[in-house]
Amino acid sequence: MPPLDKRRTSFEHTLNAWAYAQKRGLREVTVKKILGAVCGASVLLAVPAMAETTLTIATVNNGDMIRMQGLTGEFTKKNPDITVKWVTLEENVLRQRVTTDIATKGGQFDVLTIGTYEVPIWAKKGWLVPLANLGADYDIADLLPKIRDAVSADGKLYAAPFYGESSMVMYRTDLFEKAGLKMPEKPTWDFVIDAAKKLTDKNGGTYGICLRGKAGWGENMAFLSAMANSYGARWFDEKWEPQFNTPEWKTTLTTYVNLMKEAGPPGASSNGFNENLALFNAGKCAMWIDATVAASFVTNPKDSKVADKVGFALAPNTGLGKNANWLWAWNLAIPAGSKKTEAAEKFIAWATSKDYTKLVASKEGWANVPPGTRTSLYQNEDYLKVAPFAKLTLASIDAADPNKPTVKPVPYVGVQYAAIPEFQGIGTQVGQQFSAALAGSTSVDAALSAAQSSTEREMKRAGYIK
Amino acid sequence: MARMATTRRVAISTAAAWLFGFLIFFPILWMVLASFKTELEAFAIPPSFLFFHWTTENYATVQERSDYLLHALNSIIIAGGSTVIALLIAIPAAWSMAFSPTKRTKDILLWMLSTKMMPPVGVLVPIYLIYKTFGLLDSRIGLVFILCLGNLPIVIWMLFTYFKEIPRDILEAARMDGATIGRELVYVLTPMAIPGLASTLLLNLILAWNEAFWTLNLSTSNAAPLTTFIASYSSPEGLFWAKLSAASTLAIAPILVLGWFSQKQLVRGLTFGAVK
Repeated sequence: MPPLDKRRTSFEHTLNAWAYAQKRGLREVTVKKILGAVCGASVLLAVPAMAETTLTIATVNNGDMIRMQGLTGEFTKKNPDITVKWVTLEENVLRQRVTTDIATKGGQFDVLTIGTYEVPIWAKKGWLVPLANLGADYDIADLLPKIRDAVSADGKLYAAPFYGESSMVMYRTDLFEKAGLKMPEKPTWDFVIDAAKKLTDKNGGTYGICLRGKAGWGENMAFLSAMANSYGARWFDEKWEPQFNTPEWKTTLTTYVNLMKEAGPPGASSNGFNENLALFNAGKCAMWIDATVAASFVTNPKDSKVADKVGFALAPNTGLGKNANWLWAWNLAIPAGSKKTEAAEKFIAWATSKDYTKLVASKEGWANVPPGTRTSLYQNEDYLKVAPFAKLTLASIDAADPNKPTVKPVPYVGVQYAAIPEFQGIGTQVGQQFSAALAGSTSVDAALSAAQSSTEREMKRAGYIK
Repeated sequence: MARMATTRRVAISTAAAWLFGFLIFFPILWMVLASFKTELEAFAIPPSFLFFHWTTENYATVQERSDYLLHALNSIIIAGGSTVIALLIAIPAAWSMAFSPTKRTKDILLWMLSTKMMPPVGVLVPIYLIYKTFGLLDSRIGLVFILCLGNLPIVIWMLFTYFKEIPRDILEAARMDGATIGRELVYVLTPMAIPGLASTLLLNLILAWNEAFWTLNLSTSNAAPLTTFIASYSSPEGLFWAKLSAASTLAIAPILVLGWFSQKQLVRGLTFGAVK
């Protein structure tokens, strides 16, 4: 790289040549000068403006990430030699984009936003750089143990949790009161089903319960896998044999389909998180079991008509020891292809630190800090005051164990998914069957047997079973 | 009596045409309306059509959060560049195939079209690796190149069919009058081919503008066009419809304006040769 004055000289030379051409007419400019101008221009184009590190960060379009994007200035103020570029994409697009890049070692990204599903798989493949230099004041011990487990492999941290979530019951306190019902803190499925039926008023446009029905491994299968866990079902046995032919799965799916038929909104088989959020916020659902992160949406008067009438409870159980709740976290990680590991780790340490939480609180209030990653947040009085759902969120996260997700033993890690690369495809296929059962275009038995055979086929193809 | 029946028929078919047109246009109208709603209203059930609290807040948020002008500039360069290059290659190719076909011309045409039969995701990884090796990832030139290649078969096919419609007799007449190839090209063929060329250009521009697979996968930030801009406003967890609508409205605005002003050419080109 030429020194700065030399570059300026060539730039001046370009300008001079141009001015000269303007003044005297192009014809008088010698070939030499034109060549000089072209060379000068190309040097200018080839040399970056400043010798600084540019981090490219891939992330999803969720509220907490957008907030982080807005606060980037605070990070670059402290680290003037680093600039940050954001690539925000929809979750599934991002997953495909990032997977292509990381599998080909494309090196397009320096920091990735990935879920707890990807972390163990990618760590095993050697696609992620272990985070060993997060700094002395990072306080790894403060991370919620369940979340920390989910982003670690072989005792090493491969990603830093940015925000964590579980799922829980959100319910309308006014409707419960009117019907003379009282939601226990740890409801059973029997209670939830009974209450849902009592609270349904189809003519009045109120439905007892809203649940996910849209097909997809991260859509209906996230909910149904967690529900199945509470009924004692599991995806695979210890030898990786699919378990959809077991009575536990049959009970789960039958209960779900019947409940939704009797007490669910019409067209539920195309409802995902956003659709149910819209229904609940419009006052159409008496209960909704979904991500804990929804709590801040349904209690926000700007977004919700029922903001002051929402109560929370743990996800239902059947007394077998597992609740129907999942565990998920969005995490920041460094891909193995990045050449700017040091700066990337600096950024990750900043964005997932306790100081970052304080920064968000000072700028946007405690209600908007990223939840579900640090124990200290749940001991903070200021936070507990503005977040009525905080206690339940923490209890829900604590109740999910990615290493022991089911009643019976399983060979996989993950509560609402099995952390194997094949799961995305398998989960979505099974999700389509179950969504069809909900829509009524196939029976519960047919859906289960189709799920069993398609999963068996994929697992054989992948070499897990013979 | 007959006249009344005709009038009634005309009225009915006019009404039907308007209704059909409105149905086709409705999603775009709905998107534009949603972009002026608050997130809560965009989600509201039942939805409100015109009587809601109009706000431009979403546009402000979108402007604040992302660099619309950079994305739009990238879209213009990528769509424009790929269209120009595709036309430069396709015109001579279609020309020679239309006016001096050989035994293999049909096979070549079919072979060209066959490249469009494979889903692009099938070659994503090889292309990604090639681009990585040549440093073309996240570069405008890389995107121009891939979109140009992707649209070439369609462009050649379209131009080929337009050129074929031009009667050879006219060319022969020009030759009889002593026109050279150059004059024949400029004064006889070009005026006749202009509607075809214009509609090919426009269609290719629209295709390249809307192309979302390659532009999303091969760009990150520097070369990211408006497709990436839209994709950054969708989310499976959260309220985003109004903002997404605002982003989409901004993204389609330039091409909508272009299409509006050139619709005469577009329709003329698309129906060119239909009536003999």
